Amino acid sequence: MAVLVLAEHDNKSLKAATLNTIAAAIKLSGDVDVLVAGEGCAEVAARVAALQGVKRVLVVDNAAYGDQAAEPLAKLVVSLAANYSHLLGPSSSYGKNTMPRVAALLDVAQISDIVGVVSEDTFVRPIYAGNALATVVSSDAKKVITVRSTAFDPVADGASAAVENAAAADAAKKSDLVGRELTKSERPELGAAKVVVSGGRGLGSGESFKSIMEPLADKLGAAIGASRAAVDAGFVSNDCQVGQTGKIVAPQLYIAVGMSGAIQHLAGMKDSKVIVAINKDPDAPIFQVADYGLVADLFEAVPQLTASL
Amino acid sequence: MKVLVPVKRVVDYNVKVRVKADETDVDLANVKMSMNPFDEIAVEEAVRLKEKGIVSEVVAVSCGPAACQDTLRSAMAMGADRGILVESDGELQPLAVAKLLKAVCEKEGPSLLICGKQAIDDDSNQTGQMLAALMDWPQATFASKVELAADKVTVTREIDGGLETLAMALPAVVTTDLRLNEPRYATLPNIMKAKKKPLDTIAADTLGVDIAPRLKTIKVSEPPKRAGGVKVADVADLLNKLRNEAKVI
Repeated sequence: MAVLVLAEHDNKSLKAATLNTIAAAIKLSGDVDVLVAGEGCAEVAARVAALQGVKRVLVVDNAAYGDQAAEPLAKLVVSLAANYSHLLGPSSSYGKNTMPRVAALLDVAQISDIVGVVSEDTFVRPIYAGNALATVVSSDAKKVITVRSTAFDPVADGASAAVENAAAADAAKKSDLVGRELTKSERPELGAAKVVVSGGRGLGSGESFKSIMEPLADKLGAAIGASRAAVDAGFVSNDCQVGQTGKIVAPQLYIAVGMSGAIQHLAGMKDSKVIVAINKDPDAPIFQVADYGLVADLFEAVPQLTASL
Repeated sequence: MKVLVPVKRVVDYNVKVRVKADETDVDLANVKMSMNPFDEIAVEEAVRLKEKGIVSEVVAVSCGPAACQDTLRSAMAMGADRGILVESDGELQPLAVAKLLKAVCEKEGPSLLICGKQAIDDDSNQTGQMLAALMDWPQATFASKVELAADKVTVTREIDGGLETLAMALPAVVTTDLRLNEPRYATLPNIMKAKKKPLDTIAADTLGVDIAPRLKTIKVSEPPKRAGGVKVADVADLLNKLRNEAKVI
């Protein structure tokens, strides 16, 4: 049976996590449809249609879905659910907000944050902040799933799927969007970056976080991450937080600067290909997971590293 | 105005959880149990709203075995007025908890429900959203700021890429993120007082909802371990390793 993926986008551009979610869907069925619900989102639909493995793009262009509120969106997904065995969304703040509503309305469990597909009804997902992996079997007729993007390689371009319009569902809004404060950045998206440079409390202040980490990120074309301690101390904004309750990342290279390596942080980055830790405390737990550890004062080592790149 | 706060009894935040040798589950024998940290934030927020005079009653609810009474007493020691235990000895998954909470909401008629965004045991991040859907209420997940008025709530949410502010009519569901507040420690006098606060027990099977688990866990395994790497001498050595050994830059 066919599988439906809920695309994440901002009406203009497709969010990278959608590519990984489609990759997970392909493991379940050769028949993958993608729902693009938004307002003025034709560009996004065209982008999705070019992705390998997508059979059909369903577009619902309606003001009700413009700000991606969970309530109307969940009803829309439910209205389309009859044709699908599995409904997938990314395990991002968008997917986590919407998909449980879909599951509840369909009276099925949600399988959260999967990192592996064993079979049509069996999935692997992390529990206890990634300290254990559970293999779960769903007995529900339909499976509602969120996908951890770092566990699936993104699909590539190179196809041209059919784009069809679909009907809006009960589109009554239940909340008003007052505003958004989005961090503007020329850097790559944290969840999809090939290199992440991440700072902790050791940086001492927002000013040094900026003056030490940003030049390094610029040199490497990296996204900037942070530990919870650095975010709570106000060095950087919350959307930089990597960890159990923040973003989960798995870049090719993760450079951890001035952070101890709390278990909740490790949960968010331990699947990175290469981990570098720079910390002056040789006993910091971060060194237990780092491929390369440099015991040094970050205020000397990082500028030196930046200058040598 | 009444606020309902669901609280979950979970393995304490500081416990390092280990997988059992037979890979059937994690080993929870004799480990410390506490209130889910995100639920503490939810209780704190509700109590603050009461202290501001906007909320008149804070009711803590826990679904699970009799031991959840401890969790409810902790919530009452923080300032919740009373507790409701929806007692069930079987495994309760998020959909089942959402259905039980729906039954409690229908009985109690709260104007607002504040709960943690996820529990630190199963990391599901579902219950609040599921309850909101079952009640057909609006939701504001991952809240970092809550402003409550008589008939509406305005919530700032932590989303990927920044912050979003939503306004919605009551009743509504709010789920808490880490930065909403810092929960207070219960003082000894308040812990003593909490012992005298009312705690009602409802048997889950009297609420007439299907709470059978839908997911069966067939295996719990250790994640692949990262072998600790090497210490490098200096920045030049690090660069050399990254360029020539790892080949990532």
